[in-house]
This record gives sequence, C-alpha cells and structure tokens, in this order.
Amino acid sequence: MKLSEQLVVDSTSDKFIVGSREFNSRLLVGTGKYKDFKETKDAITESGAEIVTVAIRRTNIGQNLDEPSLIDFVPPSDFTYLPNTAGCFNAEDSIRTLRLARELLEGHNLVKLEVLGDKETLYPNVIETIEAAKVLVKDGFEVMVYTSDDPIVAKILEDIGCVAIMPLASLIGSGMGILNPWNLEIIIKNSSVPVIVDAGVGTASDASIAMELGCDGVLMNTAIAEAKNPIMMAGAMRKAIEAGREAYLAGRMNKKLYQGDPSSPTSGLIK
Amino acid sequence: MKIWVNGEIKNFDENLTVYNLVEEIGVVSKKFAVECNGEIIPKSNLKDTLVKEGDKFEIVGAVGGG
Repeated sequence: MKLSEQLVVDSTSDKFIVGSREFNSRLLVGTGKYKDFKETKDAITESGAEIVTVAIRRTNIGQNLDEPSLIDFVPPSDFTYLPNTAGCFNAEDSIRTLRLARELLEGHNLVKLEVLGDKETLYPNVIETIEAAKVLVKDGFEVMVYTSDDPIVAKILEDIGCVAIMPLASLIGSGMGILNPWNLEIIIKNSSVPVIVDAGVGTASDASIAMELGCDGVLMNTAIAEAKNPIMMAGAMRKAIEAGREAYLAGRMNKKLYQGDPSSPTSGLIK
Repeated sequence: MKIWVNGEIKNFDENLTVYNLVEEIGVVSKKFAVECNGEIIPKSNLKDTLVKEGDKFEIVGAVGGG
C-alpha cells in the first residue's frame, strides 16, 4: 500500500504529483456541458480544481474575433490544461489530436488519452489505448490515460510509462458512481503512479468513496455541469474530495461485524 | 485556387501564406494549431509556408470538454 506507508500528519503537506508537475487539488474537472463560459469559470473556481480538461476541435471559419472563447474565461495561465482525445475511436486519431494540442498549447505535454470503443457506451477501447500510449510516451508526452477498471490493463499502461492511470467508476456521463470498488482497490494497490477515477461519478459521496479507497484524485465533468446548481455542486465536490482524502490518510477504524462497541464507559452506571 | 479548410472547400488567390490563411478565416489572435495534409505546421513556420492548390487544412482550437 504505497500511500498509507507515507505518514502524512498535516494534510497541507499532502501534494498531488502527476508526472513532473505538483498540485494541491485532487479534483480534476472538465469544461464541457455548462450553460455558458461564465458558469464554467464560476464552477471551476468553486471546485478548487487546478487541472481542467479541454477538447480539441475544428475552429469555426469566419468567426467573430471578439467572440468569447473558453480560453478567455479559463485561461491556461491560471489552470493546467489537460487536452483530451474525446471522440477518438482509434490510436491514430488520438495521437494526431494530442500532437495538435501540443502545438496549440506551445509545447504543453500533459495530456489525457482516451480512446473510445463505441458511441453507445463510450467504453474505452483498451487495445487502441495501449497502442496510442506507446507512441505518445515515446514522443515525450506525459500521458494520463483513461481506461477500464481492468487491473491488468492498468499495469500494462503504467509499464508503458503513463504518468497517471484513470479507470472509470462507471460509464462516461452516466452518474452511476463506483460500480467496482474491488477492482479499483487492486489497481491502486498495484500502481506506483497516481490512480485517478475518471468518469461515472454522480454525486459527492461517489467522490469521497473513490478517495477513501485510496485513489489519488477524481476527474469529473457531468456530475458538476448537470447538477441543478453546478456551482454549489462544485463546492460539494471539493469538500468531498478533501474529506475522502483525509479519511483515507487518517486511516479508518476497523469494521466489527455482528457486535456493538459502546463509546461511553461501561462502568460507573447508576444503580 | 481551391483548398480545403476544416472540411469546407474555399477559394483563395495565389501567393497566400498559411499565416494569411489563418488571418483570413479569423482565428489568428486565438490559440490554434494548423495541420496541412496531415502534417502539423509549427507556428514559427506559418509565414514561410505557402498554401498550394488542393491543400487540406485542419485548424483547431481548445473547446469545453470532459
């Protein structure tokens, strides 16, 4: 158990290290699905996230130069951008997308690789993901990789040199929470790079559970953006991540099955 | 000359640099990246690279996503 071995007495000294970068927040957020850029910015600010995912898409031709863009509201100078390969269904397209992202962001090399298997489930195609990861790592990228909760695939991706393994909790955008905590625990136990739950978180308790299991972070978008009040939910997620992390570091009590254990003295009772 | 920009056919005069092209379509002040016929053109080369008939350009930016 890599993390519980480190004695973290003070949670402020608990840095989150991904590849060559260091962060304080263990909540990573997406920038999609918000009502407008103002709401995007407000929710991200409230979440306390330092890493934000962005998608790479064709620019509109003939756009108005004064038209606001995501970059104006969530500037790369204030946040660490994590360009993704959302919408890519093979290794080639995802490699191409991330090379464009690196050019777009002046050589920025921290990226999120996700190669999807089909449009219905958005489940990762791990075979294409592995192929893409090999090329990208060799090409100098620091690859944070979205994958299934298969511990063997997670280990293969780590051995290739990915800087973070990001298994799904459940399907992207489903809000179904953590479906297989047991597999996540195996992945966490075997990994020497950060494990970040990516996809499927629906509400604050899901994020806390992920952190209590020993995940190093959680990446989410829809759980915040599609809440009735995204800004309030962003705050809830920030607290949930912190609470779950501290509970993990504090070390939970042992479970006692079939027997109660009183917290008040059993002696000195009035007779 | 006819070229392709983000999947659309566009007509431009000859002697156009890629930098001019990006200016023409109105993204030069934003963060963007340009690919021509599958190869990325580094920003430092945009002014030295001439657009040729039939070139296929992809010009991309960062948008909201998860």
